[in-house]
Amino acid sequence: MSQIHLFELAFAGLFFVLLIMFALVIRKRPEKYLREIPAFAHLGRSVGLAVEAGKRLHIALGYGGVNDIQGASGLVGLTMLQRIARAASISDRPPIASSGEGTLGILSQDTLKSSYQAIRSENQYDPIYGQISGLTPFSYAAGTLPIFMDQQVSTTVLAGHFGSEVALITDANERVGSQTMAGSDNLEAQAVLYASSQDPLIGEELYASGAYLNAGLMHQASVRTQDVMRWVVIAGILLGSLLKLIGVIE
Amino acid sequence: MSRLRTSLSVAIVISVGLIVLSGYFLDLPMLKTLQIVFLRWAALLGAVALIVGVFNLFNVHLRKINTGQKGSPYSLVLIIALIATVLIVGLLGPTSFWSMWIFNYIHVPIESSLMAVLAVVMAFAGARLLGRRFNAFSIIFILTALLVLAGSISLSFVDFPVLAELRNWIDRVPTTAGARGILLGVALGTVATGFRLLMGADRPYGG
Repeated sequence: MSQIHLFELAFAGLFFVLLIMFALVIRKRPEKYLREIPAFAHLGRSVGLAVEAGKRLHIALGYGGVNDIQGASGLVGLTMLQRIARAASISDRPPIASSGEGTLGILSQDTLKSSYQAIRSENQYDPIYGQISGLTPFSYAAGTLPIFMDQQVSTTVLAGHFGSEVALITDANERVGSQTMAGSDNLEAQAVLYASSQDPLIGEELYASGAYLNAGLMHQASVRTQDVMRWVVIAGILLGSLLKLIGVIE
Repeated sequence: MSRLRTSLSVAIVISVGLIVLSGYFLDLPMLKTLQIVFLRWAALLGAVALIVGVFNLFNVHLRKINTGQKGSPYSLVLIIALIATVLIVGLLGPTSFWSMWIFNYIHVPIESSLMAVLAVVMAFAGARLLGRRFNAFSIIFILTALLVLAGSISLSFVDFPVLAELRNWIDRVPTTAGARGILLGVALGTVATGFRLLMGADRPYGG
């Protein structure tokens, strides 16, 4: 095993151990150690208002393939979809999910189906609520526009991999008076979303959504593990810089 | 039955995930072979999912036409274009004259038009930002964007080397530092998501 693989294995091992440890701690003392992120407070209110007003919620999952690194943000989007589908299950208009990638589309249908099965309202499920809007970035953006133009969408949650074309979606959302909460793994999209959406999620905030939406113990443990590991990485960077400065490493 | 299916799905995900991850760290030929096989299967399933995705798109728009929903004429155009493209590219090949004609004279102009619209939309979004969130971060965001734009454009009648230098400094120092910080958070979030999937805590496959 090479030195770099050994280092990576140690990093993954430490991450895993901390995850388990925090999960056990939180199970014993179920307190929330989460800072306030306004976007999640607004989302809770938006779901309630949408149900009351008989409006629809739209979750855009982006076009990141599940097979590659961009898929993680889409998987986070699926967790949000599951929580929102359950919370809005009593609505006359069930939430709708759009995606720009085949596997993500199938998983969104599966997530919606299992969410309705879990709350014993299978009759609400229709495969059309997990739709694939387009298979390239621009066709996805263009294909998503009719959803909130025609379907009385009150809130759109964008959670997944997007590019700068996401501005077309947020702009159209604003035109129809729909609220937007948005996060992405892509830096370009994050900059665009900061300027164009009401509630942007920056950096790792998107990955903390499960913890804020009460998706389970492991999500809360993940947030705390990420906080600790961030300091580990910072310490590693500083140590590396110091060792390079004094000439120990090249 | 449903519970059994869920347990089976979780077991498959965890075992395949562990094998692929171990194949990355451990130098065992058997593990490497299995890792490659699983990754190839994943790529193959991704391609099949793409075909399913096209059928889903077709189905959504067909239903829109059948139920006479708002915007159904556009759905009709989409379905005709989809069938025509599949037939032409399928029968004549992806590099044939007509396939390339569709790409060069329909696909590229549409995407270019959307790109042009995007530039205007982004300028408007920037202008509206201060109205939406008037705080120090928004002011810094707008000022930086304006400085970078001013440093990037080239006008024949004016020359401000200081602006170009400032743009380069912004690009090299604060942008790189900020981007690395954000990417660090994204990377840690990605690792956490991967672990949750491996442990069966996240089950986006109907669990």
